[in-house]
Amino acid sequence: MHEAHPAFQYATLPQQHDAAQLGMWTFLATEVLFFGGLIVGYFVYRFGYPADFAAAGRHTKIAIGAINTGFLLTSSFLVAWAVTAAKLDLGRVAAWLLVLATLLGAIFLVLKGYEYLQEFHERLVPGRNFQFDAAHARGALLFFMFYFAVTGLHALHVAIGLIVLLAIAARARQGAYSLQYHAPITVAGLYWHFVDVVWVFLFALIYLPGRSGE
Amino acid sequence: MNPRQELNYLNCEHTLRSWFLTTDHKRVAILFAATITMFFFIGGGAATLIRLELATPQGDLVSSDVYNRLFSMHGIVMVWFFLIPSIPTTLGNFMVPLMIGARDLAFPRLNLTSWYLFLLGGAVTLYALFIGGVDTGWTFYTPFSTMYSNGHVILAAVGVFIAGFSSILTGLNFIVTIHRLRAPGLTWYRLPIFIWSLYATSIILVLATPVLAMTLLLISLERFFGIGIFDPNLGGDPLLFQHLFWFYSHPAVYIMILPGMGMVSELVTCFSRKNLFGYKFVAWCSIAIAGIGFLVWGHHMFVTGQSVFAALVFSFMSFIVAVPSAIKVFNWTATLHKGWVSYDAPMLYALGFIGLFTIGGLTGLFLAALAFDVFVTDTYFVVAHFHYIMVGGMVTAYFGGLHYWWPKITGRMYPDYWARAAAILIFFGFNMTFFPQFVLGILGMPRRYHTYDPALQVWNVLSSAGASVLAVAYLLPLLYLGWSLFCGRRAGPNPWNATGLEWQTSSPPPKHNFPQTPRVQRGPYVYTPEAVAVAQNA
Repeated sequence: MHEAHPAFQYATLPQQHDAAQLGMWTFLATEVLFFGGLIVGYFVYRFGYPADFAAAGRHTKIAIGAINTGFLLTSSFLVAWAVTAAKLDLGRVAAWLLVLATLLGAIFLVLKGYEYLQEFHERLVPGRNFQFDAAHARGALLFFMFYFAVTGLHALHVAIGLIVLLAIAARARQGAYSLQYHAPITVAGLYWHFVDVVWVFLFALIYLPGRSGE
Repeated sequence: MNPRQELNYLNCEHTLRSWFLTTDHKRVAILFAATITMFFFIGGGAATLIRLELATPQGDLVSSDVYNRLFSMHGIVMVWFFLIPSIPTTLGNFMVPLMIGARDLAFPRLNLTSWYLFLLGGAVTLYALFIGGVDTGWTFYTPFSTMYSNGHVILAAVGVFIAGFSSILTGLNFIVTIHRLRAPGLTWYRLPIFIWSLYATSIILVLATPVLAMTLLLISLERFFGIGIFDPNLGGDPLLFQHLFWFYSHPAVYIMILPGMGMVSELVTCFSRKNLFGYKFVAWCSIAIAGIGFLVWGHHMFVTGQSVFAALVFSFMSFIVAVPSAIKVFNWTATLHKGWVSYDAPMLYALGFIGLFTIGGLTGLFLAALAFDVFVTDTYFVVAHFHYIMVGGMVTAYFGGLHYWWPKITGRMYPDYWARAAAILIFFGFNMTFFPQFVLGILGMPRRYHTYDPALQVWNVLSSAGASVLAVAYLLPLLYLGWSLFCGRRAGPNPWNATGLEWQTSSPPPKHNFPQTPRVQRGPYVYTPEAVAVAQNA
């Protein structure tokens, strides 16, 4: 294994590592506000049309949503494990764990796509094709608009995450990371955990309305 | 050694590739400077046509539809493609590593990415503006923008959306750089105020811009799919758009003005040879403005039908946010007191800034007062107010900084006489253009109309005449600064005998800024008696 050197603008590796981590945290702060704007919009209309949102929420596929949540959480756990493995110089183990995590993420996307397809057939996609029980159509249209926007953006984040994880896995396999130098894998892990956490919130916002107390 | 042979960031490589694939923060700053200068003159061209049209009460130069597109273009280009990136991406990009004794920003490649995103966003928006433009104004208010406008709203919004990511990346880069790359001994309270204010700016860039991005995305979705997110006919709420929009766009005002305030702090200390009065107050006031600035957006919506209670709170918060700004003005003035004040061109700009910003700030208090705001909403009073802050304040500070650091950036001095003449001309041209607009606003002239009551023509003609003076004054620096690139006197490392770290390296700086990482033992503005004596003899 070769000795790692800091990039020219840093004096030491720990300094570079701190910078990378702070950079990712700052980026995640941006992401929180990005999703936050959308979620605020969701809440405004959920309070405006509580009955419609409940009716619309009952049309979501909670089984797929729940299974997907399980996959994403497990995937996040594997990434955390991989980071630890990389720090212990177990590059191959880390690489396999990352590949496994990527696989789970990919299954998430496939299931999500299947869910979208079903919703398309049930005419729940906003647009000319949209059809819903007339009493609740107004709010339901808004619900599904937010649903597709926010899960679509989340899926985009997952897709980007998959590419990042695979790239990191390839580097980990070559033994690029060690206790001294592990900034890329740590930072990629942070991102993946964030994508995971966003989903946990989305799950509650999308699948649970209209399903409690009945 | 002959200074001509000294290697610096400009002459170390000459290929186009070495410019367009550079990761050197100094070269990226130059790329940004060239780009935003172009946008400044595009936005300025639209402004010229607006003022020409308003020279007469009739709509005789352009149709009302073209007029709508002109002021929208002026606003969109000036806000997102000049004012927001102006100081951070050019002077900030160039100076942050130099002022904190670093070899580059924390993420040099990200910095270049930021420029390419800016270029892409700018190209998309310009394309939208030139194939027909948008008639919504820079604010894209719904439901007009989503339901009725026949302009290229989606395209323009996408351009701004992309440029927003450029802002976010620049802010992120600055935050990490300022936290992690300060030279040994450079504690937070030894940082120049310019760095403090860019830090505060970066916080806003990172936290506010994503909300704008999301809002523009929703607008595009609504327009494209015909869903009523903001359309009351389909169950949406147009006020929600305004809340989301101003949640970004009010803090964006502080993105524009905070770097200017930092700039003026540098200029006032250097040209009065004194430590900044109340350094810690000025430093923390930047952070306070960034924080409180997030809680005042509702003052743009006093007449929209938001609840009276909300309006009261927003009005109160708007008064509060004026406090840290006022503290800064008082501290600059106190710094001048008993200082060894010299009136070089950068200082003239700084003094101009203080005067114009004070007028802009005070009229801001008028507008924060509910009753008065209702009276002048959507009149030229508002137009005059924000131009005093953004053009009188920010653009003046930008020019001040440009002149101050010009010798550092290019290694050449600009012609002093012309620079002072331009500074004074800008000050008078600006006041002549925008002061009459306060009067027009009080008299009731609404903004965004291309015809008006003939009784108001006197003030409009004054304003248009002032605009022509201002146009000449803004073109002047382009000429003499361009001339000085080739024929200016060589500046030497520290022409102002200033104390900042950036003056301790050669002009222009070498590729990695400092031959050796500097060690810092003092605050940023220690103008000792010896330093003053040097200036006196100069």
